[in-house]
Amino acid sequence: MTEALKELGSHIEMKRPDCVLGWEITLDELTIDVTPANIAGFVEFLRTDATCRFTTLIDITGVDYPERPKRFDLIYHFLSMYQNHRVRLRLAAREDEMVPTITEVHPSANWYEREVFDMFGIIFSGHPDMRRLLTDYGFRGYPLRKDFPTTGYTEVRYDETTKRVVYEPVKLVQEYRQFDFMSPWEGANYILPGDEKKEEAK
Amino acid sequence: MAVKDKDDDALVTPVLGDGMQSDRVKTGPSAVAAYGPHGAGPDPEMATQALNKELQDKGFLLTSTEDLINWARTGSLHWMTFGLACCAVEMMHTSMPRYDAERFGIAPRASPRQSDVMIVAGTLTNKMAPALRKVYDQMPEPRYVVSMGSCANGGGYYHYSYSVVRGCDRIVPVDIYVPGCPPTAEALLYGIMQLARKIRRTGTITR
Repeated sequence: MTEALKELGSHIEMKRPDCVLGWEITLDELTIDVTPANIAGFVEFLRTDATCRFTTLIDITGVDYPERPKRFDLIYHFLSMYQNHRVRLRLAAREDEMVPTITEVHPSANWYEREVFDMFGIIFSGHPDMRRLLTDYGFRGYPLRKDFPTTGYTEVRYDETTKRVVYEPVKLVQEYRQFDFMSPWEGANYILPGDEKKEEAK
Repeated sequence: MAVKDKDDDALVTPVLGDGMQSDRVKTGPSAVAAYGPHGAGPDPEMATQALNKELQDKGFLLTSTEDLINWARTGSLHWMTFGLACCAVEMMHTSMPRYDAERFGIAPRASPRQSDVMIVAGTLTNKMAPALRKVYDQMPEPRYVVSMGSCANGGGYYHYSYSVVRGCDRIVPVDIYVPGCPPTAEALLYGIMQLARKIRRTGTITR
């Protein structure tokens, strides 16, 4: 399996050296780092090339790394029903960068790209309908970014006086709890709850 | 053992059968709970039965309008199916043959304009909240709401989420909360029976 993937990886890199930045095989899965500029052409190549034939788009998603200058990773998954193999494309993008759409090649990418836009705020250039997909109408912020608070900024309530559902800033009755799953027997680097008095006595 | 001094004593159950038996006398708090300070008042059903016993040979039944209306209301609780998540599957089970909610006259109804009770089954999101309220507003009076499952009760697993309403009672007034994640079909059925009890304002779920 891995040998076949190695062959596939080198084949793709040889055919399209302008698009491929590098590739690796982890856990029997082929991951190719690609450049954003010609992503649509590269996906088209993956679909038509006889040894690849990646005709099925499985998923498009993203990852946020706030500490990196190229903040986002876009992940594309493809499946070849003809050759029975899969590939993952990884594409790094800055926050203010537009990524070309692949809806011309795979129409099914339409909603995936809308979802990525919704969750991360990455704009796809050339997309026919770049709107939010899942979040509420008039929603602000991008929920899957690391700097987005889990509880969001607004919450809803039915207002009896205006007779409609209104939006208000979040007011939590109970603070958000950070659960600590670290065992105290495995060297927790803080004072355990209940041990404060013992520490003071020392 | 028999302390039977009057024929219509509610605390004495006559034994029907042959042999050496005496009447059973109900003792303990359960026999009188409905009449105590914490009970729901005298059971109108008992009073009606006593009255009917007197009037049996006269050939007609007697009840109050209130009882008749309550009987009709609790006997055909059509629920507005508001299935939002996995709880909806348990709600379907409730109306399926095993638990057979229809034997109580409780049946799913697709239109809000023809339903009496709305079962909010599942996670209520911010985006869905105006739609839920709209459906509730379309229901005719008297209308009741059963909140089913942790998510509808108070956000549940998604309490701290940016997109989930922390309890559907922020949007609509709720009569009965059914706990569970998801509650079993049995629990939901019990919840609906509790709603019927609430409508009747009696201490029991018997009909």
